[in-house]
Amino acid sequence: MGLEDFLGDGFLSTRIKDLLAWGRRNSLWPMPFGTACCAIEMMSTLSSRYDMSRFGAEVVRFSPRQSDLLIVGGRVTLKMMPVLQRIWLQMPEPKWSISMGACASCGGVFDTYTMIQGVDQFIPVDVYIPGCPPRPENLIDAVRLIQDKVSGVDIQRLIDERTGIPQLPRLEEMQARRARGAFEVPR
Amino acid sequence: MTRLPQADLEAAAAERRAQAAAARARRVERERELAREAARWLGDDLVDGPFEFREQFEVVVSPGRAHAFLEYLRDGLGFTMFVDCTAVDYLKYEHGEHPERFAVVWTLANLDQEAYLRVKAYVDEDDPVIRSATDLWPGANWAEREVYDMYGIEFSGHPNLIRLLCPQEFSGHPLRKDYPLRGRGERDNFPVIRRGVEERY
Repeated sequence: MGLEDFLGDGFLSTRIKDLLAWGRRNSLWPMPFGTACCAIEMMSTLSSRYDMSRFGAEVVRFSPRQSDLLIVGGRVTLKMMPVLQRIWLQMPEPKWSISMGACASCGGVFDTYTMIQGVDQFIPVDVYIPGCPPRPENLIDAVRLIQDKVSGVDIQRLIDERTGIPQLPRLEEMQARRARGAFEVPR
Repeated sequence: MTRLPQADLEAAAAERRAQAAAARARRVERERELAREAARWLGDDLVDGPFEFREQFEVVVSPGRAHAFLEYLRDGLGFTMFVDCTAVDYLKYEHGEHPERFAVVWTLANLDQEAYLRVKAYVDEDDPVIRSATDLWPGANWAEREVYDMYGIEFSGHPNLIRLLCPQEFSGHPLRKDYPLRGRGERDNFPVIRRGVEERY
């Protein structure tokens, strides 16, 4: 039909937006921010047994300026948080982020004065991975969800369909609750 | 290769154990003698001690004389190695009375005689200052910075008394017993970075 009929075999019509998304989703360059045992699982995921290169995301860049997927795995301390924020700001747009494991997502068991209780309080997070530490399959699953998000799929709906679990409150709602003092701890 | 009979092996092991116990007893005796010697040198500045607990010895010195005492221990009694400097907060301490809330503790080693000695000095809660031992042992530098960071005890004469572990802008001293476990809101005190332009793509 249309343009493809006119041009014959060997041609395909699409939108620039979709073409860019197709390229991006199949060549994610992760920036690993591994501070604890989650980083070990991350290494395992990247190496030959689980082989992240099957999904085009094996080119790990330790320079934020060359990467478009931030994987935060492990505990983030008070002293590390400014570094993490700086790394996130240094990454060029478009960029995505994964909060890997319990510590990065909510502080884990480390509820002390020096630990950030979830990186999503201070930087944007697209996909959370539960687990302590998560298995490599979970990380691969998260990268595939990021790929869906890059393609423009509503991944929240996808997750709801897959798990049957009702939606968690969105980040804005959580931050509004925090502003109202819902998470205040007795001092 | 021939194996010794089991009885011979056990006898040899018992012999080694006996030798080790004897060596340990000799070391404890040397440490006891050194602690007594140190206490004699202090005279009126000996606040308490020397104590013995589980074969470890401790001398409590008045804070004003602590630096001179450490110098004497290094040059006079051969405690040439600085092992550690730390502190104790006796707030909420339930086992016994202490004259002050904070105590600074130095652990020293005499490598020639294979002996250890712990030196303690109580410091005032309202004005916790004590003279630095950095001029005696350069290795005291970071240990004292950690004590300053965690307890807020200042070391006069320290060349670079800044926090060692916590960020420089951190307020509070986390190992003080009246510091809450979850902090005083330091961990929530960061700017929030939001998504800016990704909706364009």
